[in-house]
Amino acid sequence: MATYTLVRSSRFLAGTVATAVIGSRLLHNSRWYSISHLSVQDRIEEKRRAALVGGGQKRIDAQHKRGKLTARERIDLLMDPESFVEYDMFVEHRCADFGMEADHNKYPGDSVVTGQGRINGRLAYVFSQDFTVFGGSLSGAHAQKICKIMDQAMMVGAPVIGLNDSGGARIQEGVESLAGYADIFLRNVMASGVVPQISLIMGPCAGGAVYSPALTDFTFMVKDTSYLFITGPDVVKSVTNEDVTQEELGGARTHTAVSGVAHRAFENDVDALLNLRNFFNFLPLSNKDPAPVTECHDPSDRLVPGLDTLVPFESTKAYDMLDIIHGIVDERDFFEIMPNYAKNIVVGFARMNGRTVGIVGNQPKVASGCLDINSSVKGARFVRFCDAFNIPIITFVDVPGFLPGTAQEYGGIIRHGAKLLFAFAEATVPKITVITRKAYGGAYDVMSSKHLRGDVNYAWPSAEVAVMGAKGAVQIIFRGKENQAEAEAEYVETFANPFPAAVRGFVDDIIQPSTTRKRICRDLEVLASKKQTNPWKKHANIPL
Amino acid sequence: REWSYPEWGLFHTCACVCVCVFPQVHVKMADEAVCVGPAPTSKSYLNMDAIMDAIRQTGAQAVHPGYGFLSENKEFARRLAAEGVTFIGPDTHAIQAMGDKIESKLIAKAARVNTIPGFDGVVKDAEEAVKIARELGYPVMIKASAGGGGKGMRIAWSDDETREGFRFSSQEAASSFGDDRLLIEKYIDNPRHIEIQVLADKHGNALWLNERECSIQRRNQKVVEEAPSTFLDPATRRAMGEQAVSLAKAVQYSSAGTVEFLVDSKKNFYFLEMNTRLQVEHPITECITGLDLVQQMIRIAKGYKLQHKQEDIPINGWAIESRVYAEDPYKSFGLPSIGRLSQYEEPVRLSGVRVDSGIQEGSDISIYYDPMISKLVAYGASRADALKKMEAALDNYVIRGVTHNIPLLREIIVHPRFVAGDISTNFLPEVYPDGFKGHPLSAGDRRELLAAAAALHIAAQLRSQRFLGEQRSVGHWELCLELEKSVHMLAVSHSRGTYTVEVDGEKVEVSGEWNLASALLPLSINGSHKVLQCLTRSPAGDISLQYLGTTFKVRVLSVLAASLSKHMPEKLPEDTSSILRSPMPGTVVGVAVKPGDTVAVGQEICVIEAMKMQNSMTAAKTAKVKSVHCKTGETVGEGDLLVELE
Repeated sequence: MATYTLVRSSRFLAGTVATAVIGSRLLHNSRWYSISHLSVQDRIEEKRRAALVGGGQKRIDAQHKRGKLTARERIDLLMDPESFVEYDMFVEHRCADFGMEADHNKYPGDSVVTGQGRINGRLAYVFSQDFTVFGGSLSGAHAQKICKIMDQAMMVGAPVIGLNDSGGARIQEGVESLAGYADIFLRNVMASGVVPQISLIMGPCAGGAVYSPALTDFTFMVKDTSYLFITGPDVVKSVTNEDVTQEELGGARTHTAVSGVAHRAFENDVDALLNLRNFFNFLPLSNKDPAPVTECHDPSDRLVPGLDTLVPFESTKAYDMLDIIHGIVDERDFFEIMPNYAKNIVVGFARMNGRTVGIVGNQPKVASGCLDINSSVKGARFVRFCDAFNIPIITFVDVPGFLPGTAQEYGGIIRHGAKLLFAFAEATVPKITVITRKAYGGAYDVMSSKHLRGDVNYAWPSAEVAVMGAKGAVQIIFRGKENQAEAEAEYVETFANPFPAAVRGFVDDIIQPSTTRKRICRDLEVLASKKQTNPWKKHANIPL
Repeated sequence: REWSYPEWGLFHTCACVCVCVFPQVHVKMADEAVCVGPAPTSKSYLNMDAIMDAIRQTGAQAVHPGYGFLSENKEFARRLAAEGVTFIGPDTHAIQAMGDKIESKLIAKAARVNTIPGFDGVVKDAEEAVKIARELGYPVMIKASAGGGGKGMRIAWSDDETREGFRFSSQEAASSFGDDRLLIEKYIDNPRHIEIQVLADKHGNALWLNERECSIQRRNQKVVEEAPSTFLDPATRRAMGEQAVSLAKAVQYSSAGTVEFLVDSKKNFYFLEMNTRLQVEHPITECITGLDLVQQMIRIAKGYKLQHKQEDIPINGWAIESRVYAEDPYKSFGLPSIGRLSQYEEPVRLSGVRVDSGIQEGSDISIYYDPMISKLVAYGASRADALKKMEAALDNYVIRGVTHNIPLLREIIVHPRFVAGDISTNFLPEVYPDGFKGHPLSAGDRRELLAAAAALHIAAQLRSQRFLGEQRSVGHWELCLELEKSVHMLAVSHSRGTYTVEVDGEKVEVSGEWNLASALLPLSINGSHKVLQCLTRSPAGDISLQYLGTTFKVRVLSVLAASLSKHMPEKLPEDTSSILRSPMPGTVVGVAVKPGDTVAVGQEICVIEAMKMQNSMTAAKTAKVKSVHCKTGETVGEGDLLVELE
């Protein structure tokens, strides 16, 4: 955990000018107007002014120099103009040790800005940690402010966005700071599945602090200026003797490509906040809210001729699943989640005829699109988010099976693969599945099959639903026999087509790829009124 | 199989296909299709055995060879003749005579056709090439005897260039035509390339169907062609036509053919070569003469006499063809690019526009074939009319997924020199001495572009606030736009579909029937009709717009976001002088260096072959080679690291 210095800065910048403007604020309360109240008004204005400059101009300049915006600038950019309503501007920390009780160590609002506002007109709660005040460190008061808006967000049903930029716990406060973290964690857990929670890491986030973003639905990072780790490079060095930089240990690249902790990274603060506004448009406000529908200019019956020629003739040849997704969704607009992690599965948000949908697709271009530990976990978490927030799931299947090998078995592919199976099976939102090519073995079952309550399951003419590829199957069925090539051809003839699944009703129709968009849009209209509930339970026991 | 012209309806067509891009457009259009092999052309479209099998299998009575591939292969024509199948083209003798540049020149001389001074024989080696070059005097042209289409062709201005040119041309000739014989002739500097279309039957009749001006070229390959030429007067036209016909007659030519001439500034013309096939640019001749050349070829092959007399051949109107290539025009006027056509719409709904293509949305542009996407032809009553139509056609052409040369085509056709007809084969290097840089924006252009970007941005903003059951009213915005490194503050207001944008103190009104999903943006900007295309639009305000052919990047931010952006750290681009990246996708055919070698500026490091073109990659500075990341035979993508220097 990083610490901070207790250097006082000139924060009461404009304290004495306050009297000039207080008049207008008092108009409605004129009967309370008196000389004694004037000094209170003075103090109100003074505190407000102080709150607005946080740790003072010097620290603001330092923040800018690091290529970062201040807590308030970030909120201004994230929220619609003049829509932000701030809470708890007068809250101050309550620490009385180590000289913290001194006036010059008290900052109105403490090290976080909280409140609610609008993003493209829709309500969102936000907290933005202020690095210029005690390095954004978390005091009891800081935590209390965050908890307050989280409670209210859950009560009214609106998402919570956290803009994280904090050195860690307020060490002077000791256990009070730790308690603050736990209070936030509890609320993160309680809010999970009730309102969407988004974390945007815009500076350091270390130690216990990392668990709040980890509990939220989406964690985004800013490249080069944000870090997430349990312990920093110094502690790593002393414990494991590893030499590692902050960036290598917990930078945006590490977490978006290696660990899978973060869902996406953006170029800088401005880019991240503008993208977050765009991302927010995809989300419902709460679990009681339907998936949002926006005005759509892309014809729902648009044919996509390019898809008819996309799947290569040879089943061993790769193609890009993103070509299918981009072709089918509204305006080729696809917000990919975790684009650089477990790339053998593609997940993300898009719209169909204006309605938000979650897309899951095997990616034949990477590791043949097989399911392994990482891709199963990535897919499962995404499917569960969609299910929790009424977002229909569209699944594109081209999967040769689960990845074999000791690395996967020792790593627990059975347990992790089960997560994806579990997630698809328990989901009650509309589920539409398109088998574009291979659907082999257990992976066929897993990928939102009819058997897992898929509402509409389609096969393209290139679909092959089978227990395994022809070669492997023939080696087992005709072990030791001659004419393997002939048998292989027979197996291909029998299973390497959509008919075995279609005659059993395991796919509802075999469709021309170019009509896929049209069919899905129509199905989503029908399924909009879908109602399905799982048996009562305290909660399910997903194989974690 | 029904071979009963002129009843086109009974015509049964059969296409040969390779397995690579199955199913393609020509497969869809044909009644029957046969696969002749995998993607590399040597295994499919150049594989005579496979094609002969396909002919037998379908019982085809005649074969139209198209252009390229086996269209000028005398062996193919001979094998067809041996099996009693009609080759829709000239007979073997004419193909052989004209296919060999050395022999054709001798025949042309004998037929009293003007020829270029040169060495009428096969050049043995580089040293002999240098000797001949010195005798002729520089500059000289080294070209493949069997060649065509600019392949295996090099111009040399010095002894060293002659040696290098000899090596390249013979390699390219060997890989493209299986014949590495070369010849050398005097290079006519700054000429026009004008060709005469001829049509001859099997009864000794021959016609000339006027000329095609094909001077706009890059690396000796045609880019923009037109018919007629602005340069020829009736007398020259007639003289060229008559010489072309006399050459055709000299080789008992039958079918459609093209006699290419170089024409100097004094209207002297010299025979270059005769192409014994249909030319890529034949549609423009069809436009101005009203003749269907393929139909004529089939008639002639069947043995019919020509229907027309020379005086029946008109010049009606003006036709222009743009060759739309999948290539990056910003690199040497066009280096091949590959990719998948994620979106593709041809401007076929415009009147007077014809698009000949073999691809469709979803097609892959691969490294195996010529990177041509289509031939875009505009036809009008006058040249000005045809040019206007070409402008509209280029603006309305939607190509996504591959880099294409529309920016260059769009600039050429509006360039004052081109509009005035003042062109030569050196047009591109003369007009763009530092390489093509896209459309230079005038102040007025800049305002229009900024206004369009602002309107698009606001339209997207407004829509993102219109969720089902929610409406809100905002009518005025202040935006900060960045275009080509300059920053502009704009005020935008919106009412009833019209965006009023104040740019640099001037009001620009943007309206029109457009939406955020369509590929084309038909806008009315201050009352004038402009078709733009929005290629990408990011949530962070980056918009790329195709405007007047060129793609421009505009960043649109709110005033607040723009003012906060100044705090954002600058990300530095990588130093490119010490790394060599592949400028295009292709195959490495040779690596000349190894780690530790010292290379000089301009020294060849490796050779990349793409679309049958060999490209020499040279060092940008004198340095030691740090590491080599490619090896011979490897396929590389655009931007792949080849060699690192220290």
